[in-house]
Amino acid sequence: MLLADMSQKRNRLCAQPLYARAIPVRWQAHFGAAGPMTNIVQFENVGLRYGTGAETLSDLSFSLSRGAFYFLTGPSGAGKTSLLKLLYLAQRPSRGQIRMFGEDLVTAPRERLPAFRRRIGVVFQDFRLVEHLSAFDNVALPLRVAGTDEREIAEPVREMLAWVGLQDRAEARPATLSGGEQQRVAIARAVIGRPDLLVADEPTGNVDPEMAQRLLHLFDGLNRLGTTVVVATHDLHLLSRVGTAQMMRLDRGKLSDPTGALRYPPLAEEVRAG
Amino acid sequence: MNMLAAAPADRRLLPEGRLAGPMPWVVAIMTFLTVLAAGAGIGLGNAASGLGSQLAGRLTVQIVEANPDYRERQVRTVLAELARIPVVTETARVDEKRMRALLAPWLGQDGLDADLPVPALIDVTLRSSEPRAIDDVANAVRAVAPSARVDAHAQWLGPLQGLLSTLRWLSLALVLLMAAAMAAAVVLAARAALVTHRPTIDVMHLMGATDVQIARLFQRRAALDALFGALLGLVCAALVILGLSGRLSAVGAALLDQGGLGWQGWLILLLVPVGAVALALVTARWTVVRALARML
Repeated sequence: MLLADMSQKRNRLCAQPLYARAIPVRWQAHFGAAGPMTNIVQFENVGLRYGTGAETLSDLSFSLSRGAFYFLTGPSGAGKTSLLKLLYLAQRPSRGQIRMFGEDLVTAPRERLPAFRRRIGVVFQDFRLVEHLSAFDNVALPLRVAGTDEREIAEPVREMLAWVGLQDRAEARPATLSGGEQQRVAIARAVIGRPDLLVADEPTGNVDPEMAQRLLHLFDGLNRLGTTVVVATHDLHLLSRVGTAQMMRLDRGKLSDPTGALRYPPLAEEVRAG
Repeated sequence: MNMLAAAPADRRLLPEGRLAGPMPWVVAIMTFLTVLAAGAGIGLGNAASGLGSQLAGRLTVQIVEANPDYRERQVRTVLAELARIPVVTETARVDEKRMRALLAPWLGQDGLDADLPVPALIDVTLRSSEPRAIDDVANAVRAVAPSARVDAHAQWLGPLQGLLSTLRWLSLALVLLMAAAMAAAVVLAARAALVTHRPTIDVMHLMGATDVQIARLFQRRAALDALFGALLGLVCAALVILGLSGRLSAVGAALLDQGGLGWQGWLILLLVPVGAVALALVTARWTVVRALARML
């Protein structure tokens, strides 16, 4: 059912993009077993302050449901990147409580964080590809970090590169790739570890509208297979592209949640039905 | 060695810039100096201990008497007395011909006429090198020959032995200082490498790499750099030591002959590069883990 749905959407969005083919079977099996809908992230009165300055983020309280899709919007300087840093564990909050995957991350010892980070895929605004590694090695990096046997790396990496349409560029260094190609390598790298949470910071900021639409299609496909996706963007046109997406709007470090849906999210089935 | 092993993919994570930085050369210089200092320490130690074993438990009885008949009687009395003392294992009178040969360089052949009274010398070897045993023998000799002088050999070269011992400790201190300097060089190199590779480290960190995983990359590289430098330093120092050994042998002095390294000494010197690699590995790991601990 999911495959058919994805296929219809792919045909609607673009004619024959290589990377818009169905998610590889091994990933379908993983995401399909995502389990019941629960909140995988919960923020309670979270505040973030850099140094002694004013709070960049204030009183954030929200929950992210497993398998839901969120757009994070807001003007420049609203705190989107700071919120994403909290989500991908690059920063601890100055106050408040963050629970992720059922555990309190504010008080979790530092040694526990790598295990959580391996469940989170990140697409950085500036890609952050490792310059001296090939596209193949960049995509393989999360698997190697996770200690995957080398013999079990080549096949999924090649599948993932094929999925993003870069099977012929596997040995290319980032410097020789176009902006869109780098973006796709970054996405493949974020996804190859089969994350429970995918966080993308302005993933369409450096690509043309058509590429942006195609990338969004990739995220939507992943989300439909069970990954919770959070995409920070300025591009309001993107918001209508994913029908099931919820919007999180940040303004001056505060989250707008007039209906309370972000704090008390409905079950995912209700969201999808809506 | 498992700590040095790495898959090809892991080796690619840090670009191979080996030998490009100063660390291998710094380690080579440090190892060179360390091996020389250690070699000197071992040689001095061997010389001091060889000297000690040669001199320990030996003394000379000197009978200074102008009257040759009286001198001969005293010599016989002393030899008889020494033969009765259990701790004495050997006595040997230095014959007059040899005595004159020993004195010839100072007095010249003209000064050594037959009428010149030459003291009688008796070499005595004791079973024990204890000062008390030496004192007992000296007292027994003086009891039968009041004009006899008893000189313990260890007493003559004791200050020299003390000097050798001090120099040996100084060598050890130099080895330790060199090790500390090398550790400092590794710390600086590891910190510089951390700055250079910060983007890669950040990405790995955010993907869930542990501190130990990241540190392993640096410690392996530091150890390989140190291995190259240490082997180079060892080879250079070994050549210098072998060259010096040849020159010391040519001098032919008994004291210098005692100062050889022996196979145990060479074995210890061969362990210096192993120590350098281990030091570099542990220091690099400690430095990187400490730096990473400051990150979330």
